[in-house]
Amino acid sequence: MADKLRAQQQLESLQARYIGTGSADTTKFEWTSNIARDSLTSYLGHPPMLQYISIGLGQSREKTRIQLLERMIQPVGPPPEPKE
Amino acid sequence: MTHFSNTSLYALTVKQPSATIDAIPGDFLGSGKQQILTANGSRLSLFEVSRRQKGFAELFSQDVFAIIRRIGKFRLAGGTKDFIAITTDSGLLVTYEYMPDEQEFRTIHSETYGKSGVRRVVPGEYLAIDPKGRAMMIASTEKNKLVYILTRRGQMNIGISSPLEAHKPQTLVYAMIGLDVGYDNPTFAVLELDYSACETDPTGDLYNDLQMDLVYYELDLGLNHVVRKWSEHVDRSSNILFRVPGGDGLPSGVLCCGEDNISYRRIFNSRSSVHRLAIPRREGATEDPYRKRIIVAGTLYTLKGGEFFHLLQTDDGDVFKVTFDAPNGIVERIKIRVFDTLPVATSICILKAGFIYIACESGDRILYELDSLGDSGDEPWFDSSQFPSDPAKPFAVPYFRPRPLTNLIPVEFVPSMNPILDMQVANPTMEDAPQIYTVNGTGSRSTFRTTRNALEVLDLIESSLPQNASKVWTTRLAVDDEFDTLIILCLHSRTLILKIGEDVDEATNTGFLTETNTLGIQQFGHDGIVQIHPRGMRGVLGMEFPNDESEAMHGGRFIDWAAPEHRTIVACTANNRQIAVALSSGEINYFECDPDGDFAMADDYIAIESTVTCLAIPEVPEGRIRANVLAVGCSDRSVRVYSTVPDATGVTLQSISVQSLTAPATDLTISYMVDKSSAGYGQYLHIGLQSGVYIRSTLAETTGEIGDTRRRFLGPEPVTFARIIAAGEPAVVAMTSRPWLCYTNPRSKTLQLTPINYIPFKSAWNFEGSQFKGIICVSGNELRIFSVNNVVDNFVYEVIPLKHTPRKLVANHDQGLFYVIQSDSNTMDLDTRKTLIKQAKTTQNGADIIKAPETEDGAEGHNASDESDEFPPVEFGWPKAPGKWASCIQVVDPVTDKAVVHTEHLHHNQSALSAALVAFESLGENTMFLAVGVAQDLQLNPIQFSTASVQLWQLSPNGRTMHLYSETPMTNLPRALLAFKGKLAVGAGRDLMLYDCGTKALLRKAFAPNCVPNHINGLKTQGGRLVVSDQSQSVTYVVHKEQAYPQRLIPFVDDTVARWTTCAEMVDYETVVGGDKFGNLWVVRCPSNVSESSDEPNDGQHLTQDKKYLAGTPNRLNLVAHYFANDIPMAIQKTNLISGGERIIFWAGLQGTLGVLIPFSSRRQHKMFQQLELLLQTADPPISGRSHLAFRSYYTPSKCVIDGDLCERFLVFGRDKRESIAGQLAGGWTSDMIDDAIWLQRALYSF
Repeated sequence: MADKLRAQQQLESLQARYIGTGSADTTKFEWTSNIARDSLTSYLGHPPMLQYISIGLGQSREKTRIQLLERMIQPVGPPPEPKE
Repeated sequence: MTHFSNTSLYALTVKQPSATIDAIPGDFLGSGKQQILTANGSRLSLFEVSRRQKGFAELFSQDVFAIIRRIGKFRLAGGTKDFIAITTDSGLLVTYEYMPDEQEFRTIHSETYGKSGVRRVVPGEYLAIDPKGRAMMIASTEKNKLVYILTRRGQMNIGISSPLEAHKPQTLVYAMIGLDVGYDNPTFAVLELDYSACETDPTGDLYNDLQMDLVYYELDLGLNHVVRKWSEHVDRSSNILFRVPGGDGLPSGVLCCGEDNISYRRIFNSRSSVHRLAIPRREGATEDPYRKRIIVAGTLYTLKGGEFFHLLQTDDGDVFKVTFDAPNGIVERIKIRVFDTLPVATSICILKAGFIYIACESGDRILYELDSLGDSGDEPWFDSSQFPSDPAKPFAVPYFRPRPLTNLIPVEFVPSMNPILDMQVANPTMEDAPQIYTVNGTGSRSTFRTTRNALEVLDLIESSLPQNASKVWTTRLAVDDEFDTLIILCLHSRTLILKIGEDVDEATNTGFLTETNTLGIQQFGHDGIVQIHPRGMRGVLGMEFPNDESEAMHGGRFIDWAAPEHRTIVACTANNRQIAVALSSGEINYFECDPDGDFAMADDYIAIESTVTCLAIPEVPEGRIRANVLAVGCSDRSVRVYSTVPDATGVTLQSISVQSLTAPATDLTISYMVDKSSAGYGQYLHIGLQSGVYIRSTLAETTGEIGDTRRRFLGPEPVTFARIIAAGEPAVVAMTSRPWLCYTNPRSKTLQLTPINYIPFKSAWNFEGSQFKGIICVSGNELRIFSVNNVVDNFVYEVIPLKHTPRKLVANHDQGLFYVIQSDSNTMDLDTRKTLIKQAKTTQNGADIIKAPETEDGAEGHNASDESDEFPPVEFGWPKAPGKWASCIQVVDPVTDKAVVHTEHLHHNQSALSAALVAFESLGENTMFLAVGVAQDLQLNPIQFSTASVQLWQLSPNGRTMHLYSETPMTNLPRALLAFKGKLAVGAGRDLMLYDCGTKALLRKAFAPNCVPNHINGLKTQGGRLVVSDQSQSVTYVVHKEQAYPQRLIPFVDDTVARWTTCAEMVDYETVVGGDKFGNLWVVRCPSNVSESSDEPNDGQHLTQDKKYLAGTPNRLNLVAHYFANDIPMAIQKTNLISGGERIIFWAGLQGTLGVLIPFSSRRQHKMFQQLELLLQTADPPISGRSHLAFRSYYTPSKCVIDGDLCERFLVFGRDKRESIAGQLAGGWTSDMIDDAIWLQRALYSF
């Protein structure tokens, strides 16, 4: 029982530290949001990737960076209605 | 049993990336001057700008083998030197001190704070440093912020605290800076957006109500913790912050910039004390008056006496100067005024020496000189009293008229290939080595570049001679003269003597024999000059030119030595005290200088059976009376070395060593060159062969032994030499079909051979005049003097400007032409621009529109005056228009005209996507077409378009003009075109089609629906096989079966990994090398049984019956090699780079990287490099703290590729470290052998 409790605590600390660590209660909305946000961070965090996207869009890198950050706010639309 | 893979590649970077991630000025040397630190790709470089040298010079550069994200500098209180802090993907905060003497970045701290990689919650995306150097804050895009406290420990040590956390979940960070608060507690300002509210709002309404906050974090140094001191709502579009100086009588605070908004804010401000400026908009016929700008870059500059200003750049490139009216530190208003228009920059650095350095997003980096601070002139100032502090309230929009540079003068353009959008290696000029053709840049700053591996020369003098000259010498009159006085030219059986004075005149009465060939000229003894001619030698003593006249004075003192009867001199060599001549009989006579300056012939002579072809004797070493060795090249394919020092029995000219060669030597020279030895210089023997091979060996000074030999083929003609000075160091010019410079690489201190970007010449000599120093050479009847001043950059570029962002480069090898398709999104096209300008002209009578300088090339086929009334696009960019495309096809001739020879604009909002040169079998070989894939009203994200088509442009027989032949509609975007079996293969969406030419449209001959999973973006072919690359799903091999009816295109093998392919090339029939959007290079191979069965000579019935495997093709490719390059490969090609070199894989990266992958051909070498890489990974771990193996395996484990950039680190190590590494290698490798192996990888295959 103690082991189980400890595993539970470890999982909780992991979830607190690393956003996106899943659990049995993760909803589809949370999961897809996290994937999208992780991807967007990766796009704007890798300089060649940011430049590649900026050239495609024909705008400055700063503008693309802001657009990608804006998309991180709500990457997959609003959350679903609660089920109750 | 050890398993060896059957392919292994050596990855080498030929040209480092030139895209700047960040650039900051600072005094990193502690010298009281400023340098610029830049981060390019995974490289940190330090540049120096000096007014004296008029330019920009790289001081130091090192690869940190990690993705650099931010760089910063800090200086501790009382310090005189700036230290460097960088954040990378290593999960470590690393700080360096640059040690100018050791030439290295010494790591001060290496603090682990998180996982490696570029992740959402691992800090490193932002770095802010307290201006007083007391603390630094690093943040991730979401949630995490860490603060480190820096303290001085003792005199030298800098302590760093453990990190203090300032996390806030569900909060995005947009920008972060360290506030200038003087010596109050360090405070950081952060632009944050808390999105937690909309996470639980199903209606989606709260999304629109989210607020951007400007948050102040204070680090309490007493309590050692971070508090969120204060925050306020700011404009939702805010994106960037700039520091406002604080402290004594200065305002402190931030400039918070957003869309159409520059606001001054400070901590605890009230609403009334916020001062806001709107960003002035451009005025002009083609400008949209409602378009709002954002600030993308900028810098703060503090003048002496506390005055300061900001330079802020908009996304158009306009730079504004923002100043403060702040008596006693209380801001009354802020003012803005246009400064100049510069290319859009990632970083702007103002240097105290009066320079501005712009690291451009695209194209050459530019160094400007500040001519004025932009305070004069009659352009209006806009000040904050004109604008409400809330940007939502109405206000009068400020406008300005763009104008050419007034405050800045461009001083230097630092060549930059960034960004490379397509590349081809070709040789239309028929030179020895192929050239690299690239299309670079974006928008109006796009260029077509020809890049060659060569050294840039400075042309000094060019004059013609009465007749062709075969050899040239220069000489001084006496041993202690500072400059050369005479130029001696060997014409056809005649000798011409020129005197260098104020003018160059023919010298008379010199006493030299002019009616004969000259073999050698040497300043001899104290004041003698010796002319060596076929029949003997003549020395003239005490020659003078009184009053700078051309008639020589000498007391008639000649010394002569005549060759024995019936023999002539065939080769000679001399230095100030020694002469050796070889006679036609095979004897070599040796002379020394006697005290009178006369020839003292040695009793001993050398007798050689074969003919002597060349001789060499080094310069007399300082403080000695003679050089110890004499080298003799013989026609029996050998070089022999003799000692000129009498041995114990008193006999001179004893043989010391012999080197046998592959061909007879044509020339020899012995020189001192910079090397790694403790003395700093070493004696080297250079041997040039009849076959065009160049050999350099060390020649031990005491023993005369030959060792450490380097060989390289230079050109198809015999090699001759001249000893010269290049960039202040001794070097050797090797002349063959083209001139080469053999010099010491200033960084690695190893031999480097680079062609000189100059015409071929047959003879050269060092030239030291009072006005300039350089190299004198003769070519036909021309006498030229040039100099080589920069041996660091071994590339020369030729640039041809283009109109829009180039998308694809197509070579017409027969005509030496290139077709470039170009398109710019959100840009006004030519037709609209013309209409708008015409409208403006009629309404305003054209009076107000600025008169722009002529920028259009007259040869471009349309009237230049049509466009001259708009702003010149090279400086100001094209006018923007949302949803519009400007696109064109240009024909570039880089060989003869070196210009764009034809331009076709696309109309009706069409944009070009792909292009291919094709000759249809049905119409005959001679009719060439350029097929161009075109989309109309294209929108990206999500992709939409109204129509898509393939346009067929018929080329004129010389390829220089074209007309539209037909246009065929497509159902999806044709992103890939390829000439295939006399037809045109088209990849449109998921479908692959094969078309033949019809009179009105293309006729479909074969069709493979849903050939790939996503979207075809590239096609390559060999034989009947097509390699189709998908934009997200790697490559699929397709076989064409024409016996079947209808013809079949059958995909038969694809990949297991989703590779976002950008480019691919078939290495052989089974193997494909490619690059992807994440910066990987990979090689995949089709299993041989699958490959064979696909080519079964039938209609492909078996193949179509094969069962699909996991919703793909029936078979899978194998991964052969994988490598992370940290740059997106845009083009890849299998080619040879140097004349006589093997074929290698050459790739070009978006950020300006040029790289090669060299296959290993020897297992022994491969094993050595494998061990060396492994040893270096631990013996010289990357200074970023990133594990090298992890870096090269960023997405997928690196496989069968050895990192040559890491291996080349071996060359810069000190002796002890090299020996210890060499000692650990199995296989009996010495450190010199490793040097040689590393050197050969470059010399034999690349540059």
